[in-house]
Amino acid sequence: MSVLESEIGTAPPSGWSVMWTRYKRNRAAVLGLVLLVIVLAMAATAGFVEPVDPLRRAGDPLVPPFTDWATPLGTDQLGRDILAGIFHGARTSLLIGIVSTVVAISIGILVGAISGYFGGWIDDVLMRVTEAFQTIPNFVLLLALVAILGSSLQNMIIAIGIVSWTAPARLVRAEFLSLRGREFVEAARNLGVGDAAIIFREILPNALPPVIVFASVIMAISILLESALAFLGLGDPNFASWGNMIGAGKAVLRSAWYCAAIPGIAIVLTVLAFSLIGEGLNEAVNPRQKKS
Amino acid sequence: MSMLNYMLRRLVQAIPVMLIIMVGTFLLLKLAPGDTVDALVGDMGGADPRFIERLRAEYGLDQPVLMQLWIYMTKLARFDFGWSFVHEQPVMTVLMDRLGTTLLLMISSLFFAVSIGSLLGAIAARKAYSLTDNIISTLGLVFYAMPSFFLGLMMIVLFSVKLGWLPVGGIQTIPSFYEGWDYVKDVALHLIMPTASLSLIYLALYMRLMRTSVLEVADLDYVRTARAKGAGEWRLMIHHIMRNALLPVVTLLGVQFSTILGGSVVVETVFSLPGLGELAYKAVIQRDMNMLMGIIFLSSIVVIVVNFLIDLLYARLDSRIELT
Repeated sequence: MSVLESEIGTAPPSGWSVMWTRYKRNRAAVLGLVLLVIVLAMAATAGFVEPVDPLRRAGDPLVPPFTDWATPLGTDQLGRDILAGIFHGARTSLLIGIVSTVVAISIGILVGAISGYFGGWIDDVLMRVTEAFQTIPNFVLLLALVAILGSSLQNMIIAIGIVSWTAPARLVRAEFLSLRGREFVEAARNLGVGDAAIIFREILPNALPPVIVFASVIMAISILLESALAFLGLGDPNFASWGNMIGAGKAVLRSAWYCAAIPGIAIVLTVLAFSLIGEGLNEAVNPRQKKS
Repeated sequence: MSMLNYMLRRLVQAIPVMLIIMVGTFLLLKLAPGDTVDALVGDMGGADPRFIERLRAEYGLDQPVLMQLWIYMTKLARFDFGWSFVHEQPVMTVLMDRLGTTLLLMISSLFFAVSIGSLLGAIAARKAYSLTDNIISTLGLVFYAMPSFFLGLMMIVLFSVKLGWLPVGGIQTIPSFYEGWDYVKDVALHLIMPTASLSLIYLALYMRLMRTSVLEVADLDYVRTARAKGAGEWRLMIHHIMRNALLPVVTLLGVQFSTILGGSVVVETVFSLPGLGELAYKAVIQRDMNMLMGIIFLSSIVVIVVNFLIDLLYARLDSRIELT
C-alpha cells in the first residue's frame, strides 16, 4: 500500500471532532462542562422538585439543612423550601444568562460590524458611543435602567443586554478591521455583492468564532449582574432567584447563615462552569496560543 | 511641552464622550415616569393645576425637547445636578458628601487587587505548572466566580458574628470621638471587609494576567542577557521582568475602573458604607432620578480622570511610548 493510497483512504476528521479532542485535553474545561450539565439538569427537573410554586410555604420557618426529608436543604425565615429555590433559581439564572447574552452579542455584532466595515466618521461616532457606555459604571447604568423600565424578567434581560454589549462590539470591530481588506471580500465586492450581504454573509461567519468563545464570559457576567440586582431586591419578585435568596438570607445571617450560603455556592459553581468552558473553548479554537 | 500637548489632546478627546453621556442621562430622565415638577408636587402633597403649570414653565419643562436638552446640558456643565427632593438639598452637595468614602474604597481595593494580584501572578509564573501554581490558579478561578455580596456576607458571618474581630458595617464606630491615628485605625478596620469583597474578582483577573505576562516576558532576549550577565533571580524578577510585565495590568486597570466603581454599589450596600454606591441604591428605591443621574455623571467624570492618570502612569512605566 503506497503512501498516497493511505492518505485517500482515511477521511479527514470533521471540525467538530477536532475541537472536541482539543477541548477534552483540558481537564478543568471538562469539569466546567460537567458543572453546566448539572445546572441544566437542575433547571430541567425543577418542576418535579416543586411543581406548584417555589415561593410557597413548604414547612416550618428556619429548618436547618439535612434535618427534615421534606425539605432536605432546610427552609428560610418564611418557611420556603431552599432546595426548590435552588432548582427553580437555576432556571431563572440560565434563562437570564442566555437571553441577555444573545441581546448583548446581537447589539455588539451590529455596532462592531458597521463600525469596522465602514470606518470613517461612522466608526468615529459609534466608537465614541461605545466609549460613553464603557465610561458609565455598568452597574449604576443597570440600576437606572431597571428603575426606569421596571424589574420584570423581560426588562431585566434587556437592561443587562444594554450594559454588556461594548466588549463584543470592540471584538467584532477588530475582526472586521482585519478582514475587510482580504481578497475574498474584494472578490465579493467586485462581483457586485451589496454591503449588507458582504457584512453578514461574507465577513461575519469568519469573525464569529472569537465572539462565540467570548459569549461564555458574558454569560457568567450576566448571571452575576442578575444575582446582584436580585440581591438588592430589584429583581423580578415573581421568580425564584439565587440572588434574591441571598438577599433574604441577609436578615437571618446571625442565626441561620446557611440561608445565604447555599444559593451563594450555587452561583459560584455556575459562574465557575461558564468561566472554565470559556477557557477550554478558547484553547480549542486557538491551539497555537501559549497555555496561560 | 509634549507632555502638556498630550494632556490637552486627551482632554479634548474626552469632550465628545462627556457630551454623549449628557444626552444619555437626559434621555433616561425623559424616559422615567414623572418629571421634576411631579416629584416636587408629590413632595408638597399636591397642588392646584394652575400652580403646576407655572412650575413647569419655571423649570423650562414647557419648552421644546431640544431646548430642554440645551438647558439641561448647560446646567450639567456647571455641575448643577438639580435638587434632590428626598434629601432636601442640591444633588451636588449630597454627592460631594459621599464621594470621599467611595474614593477611599476604590483606592484601597485597587491597591490591594493590583499588589496582591501581581505578586501571586508572578509567583505562579516563576513556578509554572507546579503545585503552587495550580493552587494559586484554582483559587483565582474561584475568586473570579464569587459574587462580591456573597463573599461580603460570608466574611461578616466569620469575622463579625463568629469571631467578633471586625465591625459589621459603617465607616466608623458610632458614637466615637476618635482623633488622629485612632480615627484612621478605626476607619481602616471598617474598610477591611469591604475592600476584600470588592477587590477579589479583580485580584483574580490581575493575577491571571500577570502570570501570562511574566511567562511571556521571561522568554525574551533581554532577560536571557541579564541572566547571562549574572543577575540574581530576585533582581531579574523585580528590575527586568516585573516592570515590563506590569504594562498589561496597568492597561486593564483603566478598562476595569468603571466596573469596579459600579461594583461599589453592592459592596457599600452590604456594609452600609455612606458612599456614592449606597446612595445610588437608595436613589433607585426612593425614585430620586435627579440624584441617580447626578451619580452617573459624576462617576463618569471620575472614570475619565482616573483613565487619564493611568495613561500618564503607563507612559511613565514604558519609556518607549512617546507622548505625542
